[in-house]
Amino acid sequence: MRITQGCFSFLPDLTDDQILAQLEYCLRNDWAIGIEYTDDPHPRNVYWEMFGNPMFDLEDAAGAMIELKACREAHGESYIRINAFDSTRGFETVRMSFIVNRPKVEPTFRMTRTEVASRTVNITLTVDR
Amino acid sequence: MSMIADGAPSPPADAEIFVDLAADFQDSGVGLILAELDRDMIGLKPVKQRIRETAALLLVDRARQRLGLAHGPPTLHMSFTGNPGTGKTTVALKIAGLLHRLGYIRKGHLVSVTRDDLVGQYIGHTAPKTKEILKKAMGGVLFIDEAYYLYRPDNERDYGQEAIEILLQVMENNRDDLVVILAGYADRMETFFTSNPGFRSRIAHHIDFPDYSNDELLLIAETILRARNYHLTPDARAALERYIEVRRQQPHFANARSIRNALDRARLRQANRLLDTATGPIDAATLSAIEAQDILASRVFSGGLSTSAGRSGDTPA
Repeated sequence: MRITQGCFSFLPDLTDDQILAQLEYCLRNDWAIGIEYTDDPHPRNVYWEMFGNPMFDLEDAAGAMIELKACREAHGESYIRINAFDSTRGFETVRMSFIVNRPKVEPTFRMTRTEVASRTVNITLTVDR
Repeated sequence: MSMIADGAPSPPADAEIFVDLAADFQDSGVGLILAELDRDMIGLKPVKQRIRETAALLLVDRARQRLGLAHGPPTLHMSFTGNPGTGKTTVALKIAGLLHRLGYIRKGHLVSVTRDDLVGQYIGHTAPKTKEILKKAMGGVLFIDEAYYLYRPDNERDYGQEAIEILLQVMENNRDDLVVILAGYADRMETFFTSNPGFRSRIAHHIDFPDYSNDELLLIAETILRARNYHLTPDARAALERYIEVRRQQPHFANARSIRNALDRARLRQANRLLDTATGPIDAATLSAIEAQDILASRVFSGGLSTSAGRSGDTPA
């Protein structure tokens, strides 16, 4: 099942050129770039693992692409996303986040509805790998 | 940014048929930078000549590319050799602007580093540190001052070697993304290249910066002062002329940098003198005049620097 989180996730996967263009856009806005990966794309898992430090002083997107390449080499079978942080408000806020790498076989989420007292329904998402 | 296969044998269908090199020269703003270089940098004839040639080559290369003629991505890494204070960093800045105008680097910023910025202090510290700098320099020019310090032949476990390997790898793989300029004294750079042949083969342009002549240094001094709204009185000018002659014989002479420092100290003395002697209101001309005594008070004239052997660098009072 295709995971849809963050920007562009309903589009076909971005090519490297497109990723580069998006990164360029982020840098043009003076946003810092961070790379994160995870093997648990459950929507409740908001904290992914950081790959290296966020990059605050890049001038050109090629720098971030080097890091992304290194991350793909190390965690090719994980989800990798790029976060862009905006610091105009005095703290780093995620302004943009998009997935740039997916495992070959993506896990499926199965939804179980359990009826409990009165008309309440409890919903559980379980990962099917 | 996709790299279309270089050196295609037949011109692509959308190739232009003519290029106007003169118009190209105009539009790219290269002429502007070269003129600026000519105006702002005093002396340095061979350097300017080399830069002009390089600019011409790149311009022609770009025109060839547009006409679909065979062209390879040019190697732009350079090495600047010369004594301290001969304008290597300043020229590197201009080169960054030049390459940016020509479209060979995307951003045109200059990241100036020394060994300390690249080499770590313990195992596993060097690679991330070097990569951090390289990432920052992407799309611009990485200027490594005194590059030979990266290589310490006396210590085979020196972490500098690791930085060198990463550097070489990036210089090869990311040739479109950044230009590396190595700088330092001529003789020590030569030893450095001999022991690291990888660098020599990856560097296409070796530019040698000659020392400034006494006249050029005087001209530089006047330019610096003019930029700060100061001027030399005729006596002071003669004194400075003598100062340059004497200073050159003394240790730690750093060309234009020595002159800039000497002027800073002359301004200091001038301010002191004005404060001590002023009795009434003084005008702008007095405030901006450097007198002979401000320069003659220098320790350089009284046997100078040999007495300050323990002091570091170029700081004669």
